[in-house]
Amino acid sequence: MSEKITITEDSVPGLPRGVKLRFDQQRDQWVILAPERLFVLDAIALEIVKRCDGEASVAEIVNDLAETFAAPRDTILKDVGALLQDLADKRILAA
Amino acid sequence: MTAPGFPLAVLAELTHRCPLQCPYCSNPLALEAAGAELSTEAWKAVIAEVADLGTLQIHFSGGEPTARRDLEVLVAAAAEAGLYSNLITAGVLLDRARLVALAEAGLDHLQLSFQDSAAAGCDRIGGYKGGFEKKLDCARWTVEAGLPLTLNMVVHRQNLANLPEMLALAERLEARRVEIAHVQYYGWAYLNRAALMPTRAQLEEATAVVEAARERLKGVLVIDYVVPDYYARRPKSCMGGWGRQFLNISPAGKVLPCHAAESITDLTFDRVGEKSLREIWLHSPAFEAYRGTAWMPEPCRSCERREIDWGGCRCQAFALTGRAGNVDPACALSPEHEAMQALASAESAKAAREFTYRTRKAGEVAAQMIPERLV
Repeated sequence: MSEKITITEDSVPGLPRGVKLRFDQQRDQWVILAPERLFVLDAIALEIVKRCDGEASVAEIVNDLAETFAAPRDTILKDVGALLQDLADKRILAA
Repeated sequence: MTAPGFPLAVLAELTHRCPLQCPYCSNPLALEAAGAELSTEAWKAVIAEVADLGTLQIHFSGGEPTARRDLEVLVAAAAEAGLYSNLITAGVLLDRARLVALAEAGLDHLQLSFQDSAAAGCDRIGGYKGGFEKKLDCARWTVEAGLPLTLNMVVHRQNLANLPEMLALAERLEARRVEIAHVQYYGWAYLNRAALMPTRAQLEEATAVVEAARERLKGVLVIDYVVPDYYARRPKSCMGGWGRQFLNISPAGKVLPCHAAESITDLTFDRVGEKSLREIWLHSPAFEAYRGTAWMPEPCRSCERREIDWGGCRCQAFALTGRAGNVDPACALSPEHEAMQALASAESAKAAREFTYRTRKAGEVAAQMIPERLV
């Protein structure tokens, strides 16, 4: 049986086999390709997902984003946590 | 009308050969012979062409796609073209070595069918003895190979009572997704409708089971649920709209807007190789016939949902009313809606008819029969 993933600052998120981040040239957008699913990413989601490399922790990703976009860490942590938990619940994120 | 976009996904029906004989098979009644199938080279050309059109996903289906010995080559061609590949299989012809070879060729996902939650029902409905055990092996090897696994369960009056066990099976086999799909009544399923149609009470119970399981299994198992049209109030957005997001290539290379489109007998379809797929997609009469909203009759044409459900399903309108351009009877605004629901209620209340299993011979006979219609 598979276990439910709960995203915390210590989680190390990555895309599992069968989930791919791709640029869709025809429609000029970034997408996640997954089993019989297609998720179109907005600019914020893309910045988060492309940092999910299976090496950086959520805390490190949040620090990086806070620095890159000069935004409050708390706000970013909330957004990142919500997005990653949603992807995990859809079974398209490993952590 | 604005120019259509290009297809997001393509269904490549590599063959109509299949060791199973499911009585609700989505293939047409008139099954293509092995000799009519496209060659490896022709399929490779199709793969390159659809990728060039901006297609993102390719579903290798059939019949049973693993009956084609060149499946690995086609999976590799899809990977090379940057397409996300999905294998839709009954799983009974695969062994572990072949599954590993497919994974190594770049397969992204495997969808495995189960006809019921246990061997007796699964083998009886699929018409293939020993199938259930082979499917269990296939599921294990898929997970072992690290591939995401989806189980596909087609549900109807003869297996709906086992829905909780079906969900438990998906959980136990570590599927990431399960599709619980009520039968859609075209072709073989239309022929077998009286053996398959659930009662409204069965449908409502199934829906409650799915909703509870979704809550309980959140983050563990994703459950997709396809409801049956015959008890609906509004039609489904079939294929996300005719010729809008999707194209289908038959084993012999016919280019179709959906897998059931050949059931609309007054349409003719172009073949790959005769014209470019771009040309067929943009300009073939079959794709243009029901694309967009201009073809719609009232009340569809002025309906606020016309670009939500795109008028529902053309194949269903044709099957039940004899005209693909009529309102889908699944819609409560269709003049045939009540008759459709009455038909479902009546058929589901009677003792189930025997299955007509999917064989080439039975298909030849059935294709000659005069279909029953509502009007």
